[in-house]
Amino acid sequence: MRAQFVLSEIGVGLRRNLTMTFAVVVSVALSLALFGGSLLMSDQVNSMKGYWYDKVNVSIFLCNKSDAEADPKCAKGAVTSDQKKQILGDLNKMSTVVQKVTYESADQAYKHYKEQFGDSPLASSLTPDQMQESYRIKLVDPQKYQVIATAFDGRAGVQSVQDQKGVLDNLFELLNLMNRAAIALMALMLIVALLLIVNTVRVSAFSRRRETGIMRLVGASGFYIQAPFIAEAAVAGLIGGGVACFFLVVGRYFTIDHGMALSQKLNLINFIGWDAVLTKLPLILATSLLMPALAAFFALRKYLKV
Amino acid sequence: MIRFDNVSKVYPKQTRPALRDVSLEIERGEFVFLVGSSGSGKSTFMRLILREERTSQGQLHVLGKDLARLSNWKVPQMRRQLGTVFQDFRLLPNKTVAENVAFAQEVIGKSRGEIRKSVPQVLDLVGLGGKEDRMPGELSGGEQQRVAIARAFVNRPKLLIADEPTGNLDPQTSVGIMKLLDRINRTGTTVLMATHDQNIVDQMRKRVIELEQGRLVRDQARGVYGYQH
Repeated sequence: MRAQFVLSEIGVGLRRNLTMTFAVVVSVALSLALFGGSLLMSDQVNSMKGYWYDKVNVSIFLCNKSDAEADPKCAKGAVTSDQKKQILGDLNKMSTVVQKVTYESADQAYKHYKEQFGDSPLASSLTPDQMQESYRIKLVDPQKYQVIATAFDGRAGVQSVQDQKGVLDNLFELLNLMNRAAIALMALMLIVALLLIVNTVRVSAFSRRRETGIMRLVGASGFYIQAPFIAEAAVAGLIGGGVACFFLVVGRYFTIDHGMALSQKLNLINFIGWDAVLTKLPLILATSLLMPALAAFFALRKYLKV
Repeated sequence: MIRFDNVSKVYPKQTRPALRDVSLEIERGEFVFLVGSSGSGKSTFMRLILREERTSQGQLHVLGKDLARLSNWKVPQMRRQLGTVFQDFRLLPNKTVAENVAFAQEVIGKSRGEIRKSVPQVLDLVGLGGKEDRMPGELSGGEQQRVAIARAFVNRPKLLIADEPTGNLDPQTSVGIMKLLDRINRTGTTVLMATHDQNIVDQMRKRVIELEQGRLVRDQARGVYGYQH
């Protein structure tokens, strides 16, 4: 009896406020789609950063056998253990500039590469001995990249000195900016959604004040009186969450796989997979259910005497 | 059943108390009229019993419970033992007579079987047998008030509070309602009824409590509406 009663009350309530319900659904859908989109964007940035991006500032790549044939800088052949010792020794002497040095072997480099690019065609054609050994350096002051570059660039056994941030920084900055814009827009939409819910609940409580008044007098519990209102908001929110999930799935499908087909145009970038999208969906659905329910609960404390 | 001990009530932003220093006791099974002019504190008196308002001073016990100490979440349980009837009936216009009565049981989670049994029973008791499927709009005022009484009584409350139940009814219909309330009272239910209806009070010869400007000015065992000297 209870469940049936509550369900019928929800149906009546949602239909009575059809326009309001629609507004709630749309605003929840938009805000959560933006929320999910920004989560996916930061996933994308992280997957592009690779293993070393946030850990080091400068990488010294050492010559390997294939470099010795192809790269004029490595004309003297692959790096020797003496050269490595010398480089490491010099790095350790520069303790005012260098905070930490990590050595990455070719095998480790291969492993990290595999982690980042997974099963892309580029990665599967690669073997460990094609990878370069490297020194990964964390600087005391990230701006002092030039000090390392002048000291080691052109040295025997060194293929290149790379400022880790320089390569992708501009792109990441752009992505971060977009991300922040998405978050700001999401916050705005979220506020709109919450205000709409509060207003819907207020209208709903007002139009049902006769029922709730009687319920109160005959001793219905607070939960029983409030449940239809809260469930109403939760159902509307959940529909919005479903729409947001739909947006995300369709969004990934048309930007990465088909439509814009970025995965074919930019095949050097490791794009996020479906797993990244699918793991976001439960979070979005849960948010879409709980957030409006909570908003309704607090609105009821103000507009519905129990 | 109900005990007021030096109860006062001052509403916020008002200097004049709505009730001042009221002490009285209503026993189980009594039938009590509450009289007094508008603004004398009758409504406040009833709202305090229903725990719609809290006392400002003094102690109020209803059904053995100190209302000041009753936590909010226990209030619904307490109200299930009270029935309430109003001057304006307060029926749900889009529900049938039977549904209106059943509503009072649905919302406190009574089982369907229980509802199916008790609703026709109580409708018979108030004299509305056969009108289960009518809408409130199709009924006369007296019949609507009977529905409201059925709804208030269907959960078998220990106390029935009626706030001017005959205020909107003609004298003859009012007599019918009073007979019904009297019958409910005879089942052991305490009845507290606020009224302006002099004839009814004079005819029934029940206990009369009179309030004037928030003070208890009369408490008479077999009283009449006005003062008797």
